[in-house]
Amino acid sequence: MKDFWKRFARNKGAVIGLVILVAVIALSAAAPFLFPKSPWAMVQRPFIPPFTMDKFLLGTDPMGRDLASGLAHGASVSLLVGLVSTVVSLLIGIPIGALAGYFGGWVDDVLMRFTEFFQSVPSFALAVVLVAIFQPSITSIVIAIAIVSWPPVARLLRGEVMSLKSREFVEAAVLSGQTHATIIWRQILPNTLSPIIVLASMMVAAAILIESSLSFLGLGDRNVMSWGYIIGAGRTVIRQAWWVSFFPGAAILLTVLALNLIGEGLNDALNPRLSRRGK
Amino acid sequence: MHSIRAFRGVASEEGRMTEEPHRPVIRPEPVEGRPAPVVRIERLSIALPEGADRPFAVERVNFNLRPGELLCVVGESGSGKSMSANALMGLLPDTVRVAEGRILLEETDLLREPADKLYDVRGRRVAMIFQEPMSALNPLMKVSAQIEEVFEAHGLLTPKERKDKALQLLTEVGLPDPPRAADSYPFQLSGGQRQRVMIAMALALEPQVLIADEPTTALDVTTQAQILKLIARLQKERNMAVMFITHDFGVVAEIADYVTVMQLGRIVESGPADEVLYSPEHPYTKKLIAAIPKLRAGAAEKTASAPVLTVEDLTKTYHMGGGFFKRQRDVHAVKGVSFTLGRGETLGIVGESGSGKSSVGRCLVRLQDPTSGRVLLGDKDMAHLKGTELRAVRRRIQMIFQDPFSSLNPREKVGRIIADGPIAYGEDPKRALSRAAALMEMVGLDPRGVNRFPHEFSGGQRQRIGIARALALEPEIIVADEAVSALDVSIQAQVLDLLGTLKKDLNLSLIFITHDLRVAAQICDRVMVMQKGEVVEIGPGAAIFGAPKHAYTQSLIDAIPGREKEAAMA
Repeated sequence: MKDFWKRFARNKGAVIGLVILVAVIALSAAAPFLFPKSPWAMVQRPFIPPFTMDKFLLGTDPMGRDLASGLAHGASVSLLVGLVSTVVSLLIGIPIGALAGYFGGWVDDVLMRFTEFFQSVPSFALAVVLVAIFQPSITSIVIAIAIVSWPPVARLLRGEVMSLKSREFVEAAVLSGQTHATIIWRQILPNTLSPIIVLASMMVAAAILIESSLSFLGLGDRNVMSWGYIIGAGRTVIRQAWWVSFFPGAAILLTVLALNLIGEGLNDALNPRLSRRGK
Repeated sequence: MHSIRAFRGVASEEGRMTEEPHRPVIRPEPVEGRPAPVVRIERLSIALPEGADRPFAVERVNFNLRPGELLCVVGESGSGKSMSANALMGLLPDTVRVAEGRILLEETDLLREPADKLYDVRGRRVAMIFQEPMSALNPLMKVSAQIEEVFEAHGLLTPKERKDKALQLLTEVGLPDPPRAADSYPFQLSGGQRQRVMIAMALALEPQVLIADEPTTALDVTTQAQILKLIARLQKERNMAVMFITHDFGVVAEIADYVTVMQLGRIVESGPADEVLYSPEHPYTKKLIAAIPKLRAGAAEKTASAPVLTVEDLTKTYHMGGGFFKRQRDVHAVKGVSFTLGRGETLGIVGESGSGKSSVGRCLVRLQDPTSGRVLLGDKDMAHLKGTELRAVRRRIQMIFQDPFSSLNPREKVGRIIADGPIAYGEDPKRALSRAAALMEMVGLDPRGVNRFPHEFSGGQRQRIGIARALALEPEIIVADEAVSALDVSIQAQVLDLLGTLKKDLNLSLIFITHDLRVAAQICDRVMVMQKGEVVEIGPGAAIFGAPKHAYTQSLIDAIPGREKEAAMA
């Protein structure tokens, strides 16, 4: 563990990413205390520029809502959607990839053609269609994101499992009479953990982007404030009130960047042999 | 890869000497009649990163490479022998740094030379050949293009001249049909041919110094013998200084002019080859030389007991390719092999790579399905069982694998690795785990080790864990597929001893698959020699090695390096 941290910390970008992510998490946790009022409530006149009023540090949007409050409350939605949809897509992708890689043959063919079916549809368009069909809500957004983002997981896992399957310790497990289920669960899956963790951190970032894009298009959940929604609302007034779109945009950028940096750091820490040579 | 292994100190625990430190034996180098050294490595120390098992990868080592002489650097894995060569080539990993010393190529100190000057030194004045010719060659480039690239990188010759030169080099290294070889991709060549291509590339710019890092370790004995001859010949012809890194004293005996023995980063003995080999003085050198298995089979003839395993007409054919446009190609890996194995007997299967010996082993335990034939274990035909029946029989025949690094699940604790089998057969996990501890003790490991992960063990210890795992199911037969090939000689000897004792104590039958005839001679009662999927000779070890009937067996024995000197060394 100490070793892990040392390798992770060697990647400066990853540490910065971690700091940003922790800040975002703290912000979302503190949101109900810092801004007890609903982020949808009108609190002042519209179009207050940022840094002009101490009470409304980031100004207000065209409806007179507090932008800082919206950002803080939106953080939890972004993180929640990112995390949950990633977990769901892992739950779909891991079994499919593991079975395809382990059994090969026709099982592999069937499962991979199924995966390719999802990959052949442009993923964002599919997400838009799914959300539109199911009515926009947090649940439908999470499911839509999960459905469009599991194929890479299945692909990655299939490859990992295929290469692990021919390793001698798996052959030894076969010889010692272990069942397929035990071999997959005990011998193979634990060894695929590192690439999955790395991929998952990147997927959270991608999911946050998709959620923001959906909200931007007006397909977000009407009951929760989200960064994408704020940008969408500020889009028409961007020439009068740049800050309405700018701050949530910067929040998305920083969070996604942070997650990607963390993903890279995890990659270095978990696959020390593949990492770029340390300085 | 090499360097990473090296500073993990794989051999540290078992390879460590028990005697108190002994002063290194450095014989004075005779100067008269010898050319001045072209490379002098002086007091070189390379520091390892913090947390490694020792502070220095190599500590105050001195080497002299003289034109026309071949220096063998011998040592077990982790002794720092590759690290010294990499320092000379400027190929050290970033995690280590040179702490002191000089590497003088004639008068320039390579360690203090700017990086862009080193480009010119590498290849043109110092060249290197690696252990694994497949990974050292670019799989997507034709052989001639790779050799031409060497000239191109140094901006020499015109494209036409490069092509001619490449062909000339391929001829010089003795490739059959050089024009065809030049037009091949690496995968179309055999291991020995690939190594010849590597040598041709290294020689392209006529370097003064050639570094060969275990260049024959991945090759068969007969190929190894040819490559050794080739290196020796080229060295004489071109008057090169050669630094030859190896772990094999047989190879040393075959080609060395001068020998340096390294242990844990220090030079423990050095001197002219004959002196070091015939009258080693340092206890570590003595131990290494004593650990070389002798090609002398035990004369004790076992009375034939009832066979536990009968193999009849075993055949394995692989079907390759076979798509829409390609015709399916059949590879006959095993062709009608029959033999029996008595209780308590050790049968060795020897042969070169591609002889089908591993396929036989894998068919026996049903990691592969035989195409036809029968494998009778008692009255059960292993070859054609399926599902639960196969599972029931399978625990009677277990396997020990070759690679101690990939044969243990890195994410499972050792105790659990050993206990997995019995648990799968329905034993109570607690009992299985306590038995795992007992098995650890049986194979000579600390039973408290059950709670550690495989990476905390050295190569030899891991191989012992592999043996404990095979024993956990109380099998009647153990198939050992190259079980000691990846180990250093001294550890190899220990593991072979262990296998011998266990076999006797538990009345096991052993099938020992190996390419190393010395090892086979040491441990096997009977030996089966395979070539191209067929058995060419089978009989008692003493008969096979003492008076081989088949020409192929004789050629295998002749190819063993250092055989002429063996008698004198003993």
